[in-house]
Amino acid sequence: MSVDGPSQAFKRHGRIVIVGASLAGLRAAETLRKEGFTGSLTMIGDEPQEPYDRPPLSKQVLLGRMPADGAPLPRRCAIDAQWRLGVAATGLDLVGKRVRMADGEEVAFDRLLIATGTRARPWVKEAEADLDGVFVLRTSGDAVLLNRRLTARPRRVLIIGAGFTGSEIASACRERGLEVTVAERGPAPLVGALGGVIGAVAAELQRAHGVDLRCGITVTALEGDPAGRLTRAHLSDGTALDVDVAVVALGAMRNTEWLAGSGVAAGPRGIACDAGCRAFDVHGIVTDDIFVAGDVARSPHPLFAYQFLSLEHWGNAVAQAEIAAHNMIASGPDRLPHLWVPAFWSAQFGVNIKSTGVPTMGDKLMITQGSLAEHRFAAAYGFQGRVIAAVTFDQARWLDFYRKLIESAAPFPLDFANVDRRPEGLRPVPAEFPDPSLPSHGPTVTLSGYSPSDRRVTFTPAHA
Amino acid sequence: MTSGTLLRQITDYANRADPYPLYAELRKTPVARQEDGVYTVSTYWEILSLLHDPRLSSDLRNRTPQPGCALPVEEDPGLPVSFIRLDPPEHDRLRRLATRPFGPPKTPRRIFNMRGELAQMISELIDGFQGRNQVDLVEDFAYPFPVTVICKLLGVPRQDEPRFHVWAEAIVAALDPNPAEGPAERQRASDQARSELGLYLAELIEEHRRTPGEDLLSALALDHGPDGQMTSVELIATGVLLLIAGHETTVNLITNGMLTLLRYPDVLKRLRDDPGLAVPLVEELLRYEPPVQLLPQRTALADIDIAGTTIPRGAPIWLVLASGNRDPQRFSDPDRFEPERQDNQHLGFGSGIHYCFGAPLARLEAQLALTELARRLGNPRLVNDPPPYRQNPVLRGPRHLPIAFDDLSA
Repeated sequence: MSVDGPSQAFKRHGRIVIVGASLAGLRAAETLRKEGFTGSLTMIGDEPQEPYDRPPLSKQVLLGRMPADGAPLPRRCAIDAQWRLGVAATGLDLVGKRVRMADGEEVAFDRLLIATGTRARPWVKEAEADLDGVFVLRTSGDAVLLNRRLTARPRRVLIIGAGFTGSEIASACRERGLEVTVAERGPAPLVGALGGVIGAVAAELQRAHGVDLRCGITVTALEGDPAGRLTRAHLSDGTALDVDVAVVALGAMRNTEWLAGSGVAAGPRGIACDAGCRAFDVHGIVTDDIFVAGDVARSPHPLFAYQFLSLEHWGNAVAQAEIAAHNMIASGPDRLPHLWVPAFWSAQFGVNIKSTGVPTMGDKLMITQGSLAEHRFAAAYGFQGRVIAAVTFDQARWLDFYRKLIESAAPFPLDFANVDRRPEGLRPVPAEFPDPSLPSHGPTVTLSGYSPSDRRVTFTPAHA
Repeated sequence: MTSGTLLRQITDYANRADPYPLYAELRKTPVARQEDGVYTVSTYWEILSLLHDPRLSSDLRNRTPQPGCALPVEEDPGLPVSFIRLDPPEHDRLRRLATRPFGPPKTPRRIFNMRGELAQMISELIDGFQGRNQVDLVEDFAYPFPVTVICKLLGVPRQDEPRFHVWAEAIVAALDPNPAEGPAERQRASDQARSELGLYLAELIEEHRRTPGEDLLSALALDHGPDGQMTSVELIATGVLLLIAGHETTVNLITNGMLTLLRYPDVLKRLRDDPGLAVPLVEELLRYEPPVQLLPQRTALADIDIAGTTIPRGAPIWLVLASGNRDPQRFSDPDRFEPERQDNQHLGFGSGIHYCFGAPLARLEAQLALTELARRLGNPRLVNDPPPYRQNPVLRGPRHLPIAFDDLSA
């Protein structure tokens, strides 16, 4: 069916397939129905469950306050879809407009939305990753296994990587009274996402809550007993730790391998798309019928120098899914750009952390409210004389103010008077992000330049 | 019409029953300098943005004295300022301390667990209508109910409630910013009431320290959290704040609610048939007839550019919440009362760090009260419309609300 131009026929009788049945996929499906799409809708997801909420998996679920399968996503409306759950998509035929499935079936579409998200980056050595006691945390299935093991009260839990997920797991373990060691390659927890100044506060929080935090350290090997149970971890400083549980929290990998060879510009950094969520093909030409949303998407943002942002944020998944769905059944000037200002939150060690903008672009920061020493503050990040991001620790109610500063490209440093500005907040300091050329487990937000004048296509096959 | 006279008209008692056409006029200039130097902010997005703007202070000590404009109430110099009139970090510390025994995360079930008691109080008050065909909803229900609730919550003995009535009236009267009504005299009466209430609370707190109960004052007096403890004077100031704020506003919420329901009898009938409607209905009420009409306490700490105007440092700012709630740029058909309105992020409880502390309690009280009134009163109707209003343009609500009815269901 042709869908060139405004097509009421497509809206009535078209076939839409959504690959990825989590937050972005579900919200897109609901938006399609709400905006009047009455054609056929197929939801393909590799997990067996219906869409569920992931943020509690590293928080309430690990504290035993919520069952791992206890948070199905609330439904905004009926979506009347054919569900193909528990079967992964394995390939895409761009010309024939078909999605290939792991069970050999093929599903035809007129328009496709790719929302396959990310998965946990596994431990690099496969044999060690297979040891009983080595976990990752991304799915509710992961959470069930990890929670069961934590309930058995291991002697010590090793967390590899102190990004947001690792830090939240460490927090939950401490709240359960378990001994925890956190090994972080960088100089502090959260350093990739928020920089060294804020990372130092995160480090204080961890230590104040009894975490054995080791920074500048990597895990070189995981060792098991003859029965294949994890017993010990070897660290890069030559020491070893007796542990029964290790949680690998080294960030996420984008689920794009199934698109290898399809002709869509998909790689380890995600799938490039325009601000209207239409995917690019490998030549950098925008496609008409392939849309992308959520963690797997990478799209240019006018506020941030048109850089292609790839955001693993709950709020981004929702906002981008809504825009993608709208654009799938709109045309021309009715299409909307995805202009959501990045924002995320975390809860760890009793502190609510929230951020807006793109902190990793900031080279300086100012503590504009409160104080680092009290672990309660708002900080603004600056880049080239403007406000580019902000983060709050237990000061979330102010965040909207900073979002508006970012949106209006307000000048940095912030030299106005405001409540709770301390002497330490009068001058900007370097934000202390690690050198991006050094390997790390990867920040929550990755930025990559995209030059319109660079016409050479270098297509990286899907390998992490 | 100049904007100066417009503000005068809003505070003028003659317009108390229906200030909304004046607010519509006011919104024509979203941020407007009034003749006495006050900057009124009357549109939704501008109010919301200023409620989250750290360049605004709630502490009157930051205000530049304006010629010809009396400063709003100073609190009793014998007591420290309560957290509603403080900025971070003092505000945050006191509010955290007050929140620990009141709500999540430390005490998530305090309000929920009061449901049974609230329902009981409501039943008893409505039972008291027996044998009558007309009541004053304010005197016979909307006033005594929240007072009993807040006294119970704080651990004030029931027999002392009448004394609170007198103190509360005097204190609240001084919150009226209208300078034409003898503010000095009202201020004196308010100061005296505040200090009497303070002395009473000081004794009560001592008693609770010796024999602690399940109440909030006992918990505040004995609690030792990460922020330590409130000092005795801080505790008294907080107690005064909670007592006043805890019922004056709820009286108006319930009374405005019943008044609105009697003006929309179809909605009243739907509430009777479907008690679940009470939840969105109370939200719509907080938008449509908010008990707190405006916040006159804010001061600019820096020059603030907003909506084409620069509010200068030190200037007093009035955030007209009730006007923002009727802003057609934010709410479709804003002058219609739609109990099932979607996307109803009203400003009835404010927003930002001073967001109404007692909001969960106020919601529950209004939901339960209006549902029971709707269920039990047979053929209720207004005796006069509009009813007589209280003087106060800030905490606005009827002084009396006579309601006639045929009979009373069990």
